[in-house]
Order: sequence, then structure tokens, then C-alpha cells
Amino acid sequence: MTALAARRRHPMATAVLVLLSLVVIGVLYALAVPGKAAAVPAAADDVAAGKQLFLANCATCHGTNAEGRAYAPSLVGVGAAAVDFQVGTGRMPLQATGPQAPASGNVRYTEDEIKQMAAYVASLAPGPAVPAADAVDPAKGSAERGGDLFRTNCAMCHNFAANGGALTRGKYAPNLNGTTPTDIYEAMLTGPQSMPVFSDSNISPENKRDIIAWVRTIKTQPSPGGLSLGGIGPVSEGLAAWVVGLVALIGCAVWLGAKAS
Amino acid sequence: MSTTTTARVASDVGNFADERVGASKGVKFLARKIFPDHWSFMLGEVALYSFIILLLSGTFLTFFFVPSVGETTYTGAYAPLQNARVSEAFASTVRMSFDVRGGLLMRQIHHWSALVFVAAIIVHMFRVFFTGAFRKPRELNWVIGSILALLALFEGFLGYSLPDDLLSGNGLRIAYAIILGIPVVGSYVAFFLFGGQFPGEAFIPRIYTIHVLLLPAIFLALIGAHLVLLVIQKHTQYPGPGRTNKNVVGYPLYPVYMAKAGGFFFIVFGVICLMSAVLQINPVWAFGSYDPSPVSADAQPDWYMGFMDGAVRLMPGFTEFTALGHTWSFNIFLPAAIMPGVLTTLLIAYPWIESKATGDRQEHHLLDRPRNVPTRTGIGVMAITFYLLLLVSGGNDIFATHFDLSINDITNTLRVLVFVLPPLAYLVTKRICLGLQRKDREKVLHGRETGTIVRTETGEFFEVHEPLDPYARWSLVQHADLKPLPAPEAEDSHGVRRPGGFGNRLAHRLSRFYFEDRIAPVTPRELEEAHHEHAHADDVHEVEGSEARPAVTAGD
Amino acid sequence: MTTSDHDSTGLATVEPGGELAERFENPGLPAHRHRMADVDPQAARRAERQVATLFGLSAVGTILTLVAYFAVKFEGDLTDNEYLSRVQLSNILLGTGLFLALFGIGAGAVHWAKTLMPDEERIELRHDQRGSDEDRADAVAILKEGAAESGLGRRPLIRNSLIAAMALVPLPAVALLRDTGPMPGRQLETSPWKKGDRLVRDAGGGPIKAADIQVGSVVHVMPDGLQETGAKLEERAKGAVLLVRLNPADLNEAATAGSYDGIVAYSKICTHMGCPVGLYEQQTHHLLCPCHQSTFDVTKNCEVIFGPARRPLPKLAITVDDEGYLVAKDGFTEPIGPSFWERA
Repeated sequence: MTALAARRRHPMATAVLVLLSLVVIGVLYALAVPGKAAAVPAAADDVAAGKQLFLANCATCHGTNAEGRAYAPSLVGVGAAAVDFQVGTGRMPLQATGPQAPASGNVRYTEDEIKQMAAYVASLAPGPAVPAADAVDPAKGSAERGGDLFRTNCAMCHNFAANGGALTRGKYAPNLNGTTPTDIYEAMLTGPQSMPVFSDSNISPENKRDIIAWVRTIKTQPSPGGLSLGGIGPVSEGLAAWVVGLVALIGCAVWLGAKAS
Repeated sequence: MSTTTTARVASDVGNFADERVGASKGVKFLARKIFPDHWSFMLGEVALYSFIILLLSGTFLTFFFVPSVGETTYTGAYAPLQNARVSEAFASTVRMSFDVRGGLLMRQIHHWSALVFVAAIIVHMFRVFFTGAFRKPRELNWVIGSILALLALFEGFLGYSLPDDLLSGNGLRIAYAIILGIPVVGSYVAFFLFGGQFPGEAFIPRIYTIHVLLLPAIFLALIGAHLVLLVIQKHTQYPGPGRTNKNVVGYPLYPVYMAKAGGFFFIVFGVICLMSAVLQINPVWAFGSYDPSPVSADAQPDWYMGFMDGAVRLMPGFTEFTALGHTWSFNIFLPAAIMPGVLTTLLIAYPWIESKATGDRQEHHLLDRPRNVPTRTGIGVMAITFYLLLLVSGGNDIFATHFDLSINDITNTLRVLVFVLPPLAYLVTKRICLGLQRKDREKVLHGRETGTIVRTETGEFFEVHEPLDPYARWSLVQHADLKPLPAPEAEDSHGVRRPGGFGNRLAHRLSRFYFEDRIAPVTPRELEEAHHEHAHADDVHEVEGSEARPAVTAGD
Repeated sequence: MTTSDHDSTGLATVEPGGELAERFENPGLPAHRHRMADVDPQAARRAERQVATLFGLSAVGTILTLVAYFAVKFEGDLTDNEYLSRVQLSNILLGTGLFLALFGIGAGAVHWAKTLMPDEERIELRHDQRGSDEDRADAVAILKEGAAESGLGRRPLIRNSLIAAMALVPLPAVALLRDTGPMPGRQLETSPWKKGDRLVRDAGGGPIKAADIQVGSVVHVMPDGLQETGAKLEERAKGAVLLVRLNPADLNEAATAGSYDGIVAYSKICTHMGCPVGLYEQQTHHLLCPCHQSTFDVTKNCEVIFGPARRPLPKLAITVDDEGYLVAKDGFTEPIGPSFWERA
């Protein structure tokens, strides 16, 4: 009798067998199922490559012709800028249902792939294009002008220092802490989700650059008074007054009133 | 200097003062005044010292602030505002922050002190409330204190509106709307106060006068009266061995309290300076100068106005209606005027409400332990709960963004909670107080649980209880046994109706509300009986907890 | 120094008749506990050194503050951020220096009092607040005498004329306040918009062609002449308008009136308390006010769907002029902004 056969009635035998089966099935499945549809395309055309990516990753929700479904809007005419923004910030593909699609920080595609998907969507109908590098260069914009524009057009949702704010029913305008100049430009241009569209005739490209310059300034600026406490105004300041100020002072009062050893 | 020179100088100075103003009498009266020692008595001092710091830092600010809404172009050091059209008030505030050394620090000291000032007032007020220090003869001081608390809110609101920035300007817009909402005279009062339509040019200079001159003068007068009364009536003290209603036990003003209280001023000032060194507050340069068109998300007033803001957010819109050719804006008037008005009235009237319930006319200089006055403590916690709910409502959008909630859900939930939670808090607090009183009784009757478990030869376990010494026991048994007032008879023995019937009936009902549920303090007889029980149960030790608890006595 | 001369043991008090007292008696002050500095001269000297160290720390803090004030200068060839960092450094150093300077004195004084000053509890007796019966009688007599001497009781003519004069004398103080502001008149009901006014972009922009606005756009506009921020604030406070473009099919009947091809214009000033209602949610077509969360539905002519506001945002009827620029068809047909008593 072999050693293996001698152990087939071992109390642990069932468990080992089940475990082994699971591992084998898992490995086989992993090999069999296609990975994320990111295979290096054989087609030379960006549009064609983009279409492949689109069909594999986006069509389930947005429709095979990007015509939209009940729960995902049509992408016809949204332009390359929208795709670059949504996919580039990790908002798309949507990870979970909720009041809105958050910037997930988990960008699942390479820059080339995003370019390809954008090219495909742009080919469906004319729409906003990805801005050129110097259109979004903060150094070329006027932060003073940008501040005025930001406060008039943006601060009511995004807060005076772009730290974000609440909208109705669980939606929100995010803070712009990690947002790149291109993202800001594209968001203004395409009006993602709840954000209105700020087309070039509403906020001109120069003014968009000014706004970007101002956001860059406010985000890289030191807080001269100390810790900014989130930059959300008097609520956090009031909390600090109680939790830091009063607690410290009451602590000192307790020390003062206690008998010395 | 040698000691004899010091002595000679001191004697000369003392002589000078005594021969002109009778200083020796002052020294005799004041220098050895006894004050009791407890940390909770320092809370009023935190408020007082914050006020002094406000005066000092505020004076510095007035050297640089320009109280005018005249338009100017900003040309100071803060780059993003270069060439912006701003008001003089705003420009001077930003200049003071960035072009004046120590200017930003002084602004921050001033603003942090203001927040701490109001917080300290509120904590001090609740200490006074929960310990019953507002009872006779201190009702007047309670009224003065309540007025000070209310004025502090206004003073702070006006103060942070002075820089004329986007956030505080919107706050003024809301204030203008509150005034407009006053029935009959609203538009007139608004136009007179602001010199016309909003924003107008008069409001900053006028707010400046009120904030820098009028209100501080009133504060100084009221705080002076508050302190004078304190000296005349002497400070209250917590009950304890050796402390009676007819004495004050503590330490003399000179030298102990001059050192401790004087030192505490420096401590408060120091802590506020540290906060101002490391925590930024009210960065007006980032808000921009006020303009009625832009607005920022996270639009809140300073924390002490948050309860009004929160109440306004909770009101449903249908409470405004048109009738008889006029608009009745109860959606504004109710939360911004009636609610604070009612709360303030109840606050100020409270000492008289309670004295009606107790019917007693004595002076009270010994404080209550909150557990011994469960109804009052419950009312206080109910008020705090209501206030906190309104504060949360005032920050509902921040709660929404930070906790991933919907502001609509938060608002709707708070609309319900604001009616449900406070009475619940009252009930729970009262029951907790009664439970704590029972625990005190147990402790007196059966001693302190030592944690030592003893096993007898017969196999029984019991915990050793150490009887309290008279000093420890005193605090648990000294409190007054307040009973509800007897029911008044409508007619006397001859069938003649008694005068003052309604007042007496009200007093009776009120005292029943206050004292119906009560636990009597342990008497020597009860302790004797407990001792006899313990003595008789020599071999058979009763397991703690099997003894019947004294029943809650209903009204007599 | 006990308060009364009863038995200070405070045990089950027995009255002279051998019966128990009704309530416990105050056991009097407990025995005094000495601090280390009271009994041990070395501990006392250590406490002294600690106090001196704290005072010394204060002096160090003061010096730090003075040095920081003069050493950290707000001048020189600095970039914007470097300048702000300089301000930040100055703030931290001055503030921390002052903290040490002040806290050191305070902590030193408190520590001195706690460890070294005598801490035997002393007793001061209270006296009733009320005066003695004698004093009260004297006071009453004085008041009565003075009242009789003043003759006020006997001379009602003096009394009545005095009351009349005193009642009248505060009136000028009230009257002097009359010119603090104008009468409201009809000012609350007017706005700077008139028929034919071009809509221009707020924050220094120009006029807008209807064709240039995309669906889903929001434009902040003012009447021509009021588009600079920071000037003519009273008029901007009433002239702020929000332009929104939707699909015309999304607008209901009331909303379609006064619109132009799906473009609608509403007053931006909240009808609740006057904050600018700027938050437009493109997908839900809701307008949210950030102050108290009043929500208005643009597809339903900005009627209130949540929050404390009662009235919908006033609508500005618009059309285009012959060059295609958006213009107001008329002024507002109702007062804009928060409610007031006279607003029927």
C-alpha cells in the first residue's frame, strides 16, 4: 500500500481534497477567463483600438454604439475630453452604484489606452477635444483674474478654496486637491455628472487657464496662519475652539485646583 | 535694595495711599477674603480673561483696521488679490495680516479668544445651572450673566463681519433678511439700521462703533457688576465636611488667589497665543471681498451662531404665508427671533421658576450635586441636547460631505429628532440621577465596596464593605430633602375662598413636577437600622443586593 | 476654628435625650494633610527651583518673541509662496514665543501658590445679605423722611408735571435717529433690469448669444453695466441672474413662458434670505442654495422642492435682439430677494 493510499481515510483527507480541488479550479478559471480587455491591439488605428476597448469595457452600460442605456448616458458628442476626464480620473468604469461616480484614484488603463478610447468616442460625433498643454499651463494664466472667476462660477459648489461642498441627495462637488490642470479644464468643458457645462463661449479658454492658475495657486500656497483645519470655514474652527482650547484650559484649571502632593 | 529700604518705600507708598483714599480699610476688607477652591469655579475666569484678551488684541487691530466700505484697489503683498476691487475694510484687514508683523497673530488671537470666550461663558453658565448657584441671593447675577451671554453672541457676530469678506458678508445678508422678516416694521428697521438697501455704505462704520465702543462699554459695566456682586455675596462652595451655608472655606485672596487667579490669566492668554500660532482661523484673503453675486459652499456663521443657522435650515417653507395682504415670514421669524427669544426668557426666568416650585426664601450658598436635583439636571441636559441638535443642523452640509450622507436625509431626520430627543434626554438623565442617588444611599447604609471577597467556613461568599467615615459620608447625606409643596386648599375652614389661588395651585403643580420623584437622604435612624441588620446577620451574611431598596416616595 | 461647638467625630449623633438626631451633623473640617514642601525643606527648595525655571522659561519666550519680530522680515526678493511662508514663520515664532512668555509666568505663579504658599483651609463667616432689623427700620425711616421732605407726595402738580417732562425727554433721542436711513418706499420692489437690457457675463464678461450656450450650461449674468465685481453692490444684490439652458422638452408650461429655446433666466437671489443660489445640478435640474439648502426645480419654473424657502425664484423673461444676443423681455414682474411684510 502506498503512503498516499494509507492516508485516504485520514480525518483530514476530505479537507485536503476540497482545498486541492478549489485551487485547481481557481487556477484553471484564471487561465481560462480573459484578463481585462487590454490586449495590445493589432490594429494600427487608435480609433479601432479604442473601439475594441470600448466594446469590452464600456458597452455593457453605455450600449454597443455608445447610444446610452437607462442607467448610463449616451456618449455620442461628449468628445475626447469627456473620456479623458472620466477614465483618466478613475471615475469610469463605475466601480459601484451610488449618488455619483467618485474619482476613484484607481485608473485602470494606461495613457495610450485612454487616448484610444477617447479617439473612438470622438469619432462618433464632434465634441470637446483634449486641451493642449499650454492651454492648461497655470504659469500662463492670471491667478487674480482666476480668483474672481472662480468665486463667481465655482466656489458655490467647490468652496472658496476648492475644498469641496455638498449637493442634494448625497451628491457632492469634490475638492480639487489632486486634480491636474487638464482635469480641471476638461471638467469645465464637458460638465461631468452634476457639474454644469462651461463651454468656451461661457468661460473662454483664457479664462479657463486663469481659473486653473488660481486653483494651482491656492492649492500650493502655504497657510500663513498655521494649520488650515480643512479649509471648510467656521465649523472646524468652532470644533477646534472646544476640543483644543476649552479642553486645554479646563485641564489647566483642574491642575490649578488640585492639591499639590 | 536692602530689606530696610524696601520696607521704607513700602511704608511711604502705603501711607500715601491711606491718607488719600483710606487704603488700609480696603486692604482689611479685601485682601484676606476667602475664596473656595475648585476647578469648576475657574470657568467664569476663562471667560473674563478671554474678554480682557479681546480688549487688548482688539485695540491693536483698531490701529490698522479701516472701517469703511469705500472701494479701493488692493496693492498689498498677497498676490492673488493684486489689483482687485475691494472695500477699504477688507483691504486693511488683508494688509494687517500680511504687511504688519504680528498682525496676523493679533487677528488670530482676537478671533480665537472670541470663540473661547463664548464657549467658556456657556460652560460656566451650565456649571452655575447644574449646581444651583443661581438661587437666592444670586438671581440678579444670573440675569446679568444671561444678558452677557446674549450680548457676546452679537458682539462676536458683528466682529467677524467687520472685515467685509465673502463669508461674513453673506452672514450680514442673512441678518438683513431676518430684520426684513419682522412683521410690520421689518423693512423700516432694516433701512434705518443699514442706511438703505443691502449692503449700503453705512453698515461697516456702524457695526464698528457698536463692536468697538458701545458693546464693550456695556460689557465692562455688566462684568463689573457681576464681579462686585460676587465679592459682596461671596462665592458659593461645594458641600463638604466643615462647609456650611454660613461660612466660606478656602484660601485668602492675598497671596493665594492673586497668584492662582492672576497666574490663570497668563495661562489663558498663553494657551490662546499657542492656538493662534499653529491654527489658522478666518482666512479672509482666501474668501475675497464681499460681493452679493458669488458665494462659497460651507457657508456657516461662527460656531456660537450655529444654533440659529441650524434652526433656520430645519424650518419647512410652508410656514411662510400671505394673509391680509401681507407676508408673514414665520419660516424666518420663528427660528431666528421667537425661538432664541423664548429660550432666553426661560433662561433668565429660571431662578424664579424654581423658587416657585420649592417655595423657599432662604439664601443658598452651598451648591447642589446635580444628582440630588434630578429634574433640574434633566432640564439642563434637555436644553443642551436641543442646542447640540441645532448645532449639528447648522453644519449639515459638512456632515453630508464628511460622512457620505444626503443633506436632505440629515435635515429630515433632525426635524424629527429635535422634538423627540430632548424629552428623551430629560427622562434618561432624570432616571440616571435617581439611580445615582440610590447608589449613594447604598454606599452610606452599607459602606464602600472594597472588592475583597471573603469566604466563610460554611462556603458562603460575601464582599467586604467598609463603612464610610463621617467625612466621606457627609457629602452623601447633607443635601436638602426637598418635598413637593402641599396641595393648597381652595377654601379655608370657614368656606371662604383663599386669595392667590392660581399662584398657589401653580406652585403646587410645579413642585410636584420637580420633586415628586425623589430619594430621601439617609438619616441617622436608617443607618442605625442598617447597622442592626448587619449585626443580626452575624453568621449568615446577606448577599449584597438582596435587600429591598427604599421605594421611590411619591408626593406626600 | 470649627463652625460650631458640636462633637466633631460626627458619628451617629445622639441628642441629650438619648434619641437620634433627625439628620446627620456636619463633621467639621477634616485633618489637614501636609504637602511635601511643608515638611521637607529639600522638597520646598525643589519647588522653588521649579517655579524659578518656569519664570525663566517665560523670559526665554519673551526674548524669542522679540528676536523673531525683528529677525523675520517681510521684505526682500521673495516669490509669492516664499513671502507667505515668511509670514507663517513669523506667526509661529511670535505666537509660540508669546505662549512661553505668558504661560511661564502663569504656570510659575500657580505652581508657587500650590506648593509653597500655605494651604491650610481658612474659614470666613457669612453674614445674611439682608441688613439687621434695626438697619432696615432706619432705612425705611430715612426713605420716608426724605420723601416727605421732597414734598412729592403732597404736591401732585410737581409730580405730574415731572412725569410728563420725563416721559417726553427721551423722544428727541428717537427722532434724531430718523435720518439713519431712508424710508423703504418702493425700493424693495425694484430691480436694475429693464426691458431690452442685454444679459452680460458676470465677473467682467461680455454679452451672450443664445446660440453660444450649450444645453447643460449655466451662466452667471448681470444687466449691462453691472458686470464688474466689487462695484455698485446694492444693484448687483438685486440684479444677479442665473441663465440655464435645458432641453425645451424638459421645461413645463410655466417654465417655458418667458424662455427662449430652452434657455431660462431666474433671479439668483434666494427668496428665503438672499444668498446667491448658484449650485446648479445639471442632471437633476435642481438649483441649491448653499446657506440653508433651499432647493428649486428649474423644470418647474423654479418652484421650491425642499428647504425653508417659500416662493419660487422670480423669473426674468428673455428673448434675443436682432444680433442674436440675449436681452431681457421686461424687468422682473415681482420683487426679488427675501420676503418682507409689505410684499403681498
